[in-house]
Amino acid sequence: MLWKLFVSFWKIGSFTIGGGYVMIPLMEKELVDRRQWLTREEFLDYMSLAQAMPGIFAVNMATIVGKRQAGWRGVVAAIAGNILMPIALILLLAIFFRHFRDNAVVERIFKGLRPAVVALIAAPVFRMAKSAKVTLRNCWIPVVAALLIWLLGVSPVWVILAAIAAGTIYGKLSNRNGVPD
Amino acid sequence: MLFLKLFFTFLKIGIFTFGGGYSMIALIQNEVVVKNGWMTAQEFTDILAVSQMTPGPVGINTATYAGYTAVVNSGLPGWQGVVGSLLASLAIIILPVTAMLLVLRFLSQHRNNSVVDTVFRVLRLVVVGLIAAAALLLLTVDSFGTPGINLQFIISIVIFAVVFYFSYRHRTNPIILILASGLIGFLVY
Repeated sequence: MLWKLFVSFWKIGSFTIGGGYVMIPLMEKELVDRRQWLTREEFLDYMSLAQAMPGIFAVNMATIVGKRQAGWRGVVAAIAGNILMPIALILLLAIFFRHFRDNAVVERIFKGLRPAVVALIAAPVFRMAKSAKVTLRNCWIPVVAALLIWLLGVSPVWVILAAIAAGTIYGKLSNRNGVPD
Repeated sequence: MLFLKLFFTFLKIGIFTFGGGYSMIALIQNEVVVKNGWMTAQEFTDILAVSQMTPGPVGINTATYAGYTAVVNSGLPGWQGVVGSLLASLAIIILPVTAMLLVLRFLSQHRNNSVVDTVFRVLRLVVVGLIAAAALLLLTVDSFGTPGINLQFIISIVIFAVVFYFSYRHRTNPIILILASGLIGFLVY
């Protein structure tokens, strides 16, 4: 079982480029269809839990599935499978890249791809705005959060802590008044 | 002590990251570029490019690369950079994994709690702002060139617009977009 967990998450970690959410289809195929560790409903439930919790989405999924299948040993096996290969690859690249940074060709290539990186981060903002249910009434929340960090240099840590505090108070108040949503 | 600081910094980044790798970027940037000055904004953008082009979770990739770069930039030898990268990657996952295990236990006892639900709803909204901040912070002269009528700035704006369109509308694979932009840079400059 430990070996199967390791191999499954090794596949999920090593064959997806572009991060967490790109891994979802492969995870579904591997965990639900191939290994049948989870039903499709369980997969969706655990996915929203992994997204809601702090940390890296893929590692959170590995923690949940590893724990369910084989306890804490399963957690270690699944996480190790998920991250060993990417870490090794990145290290090789980091060492290699330092020697070629100042190379004229590399500099030309990076001049072209830097704006692309910014665009690749900007695009999920608008995609995620949909799934986070941003509306006209609550859109001030993400806007204020972004401005605090961008213009005033507030650490994101404070913004997140404030959000947790506000959510707790708001949740408790709407409970007391019997407001359903 | 650089290694200790690196460990605690990434510990903090791990536990305060909600909403996946992209929201982590703003945090890592704030810590490694703005607060600690372990690398320049341009180096950080290059790290992001590499992290998105290689397999694996972007958060792990960025932590690994940033850990290595921070150590080597401070003049220490490469093998210590490897130690730094492993330390950063370990630090970034250790608290979230612990929290996850605790929550799994808690949730099996309390299935539906409306306060927990509200907190997560507010957090999801804030995370959108966090990712927006990461993108805004990268709108620099380093990545786009000096604003004005010059080759680099115009090309940069065009690349930005085209990549944004394909990523948002068609969910085109990021590696294809990055490779294509790199090729354009190689040909144009």
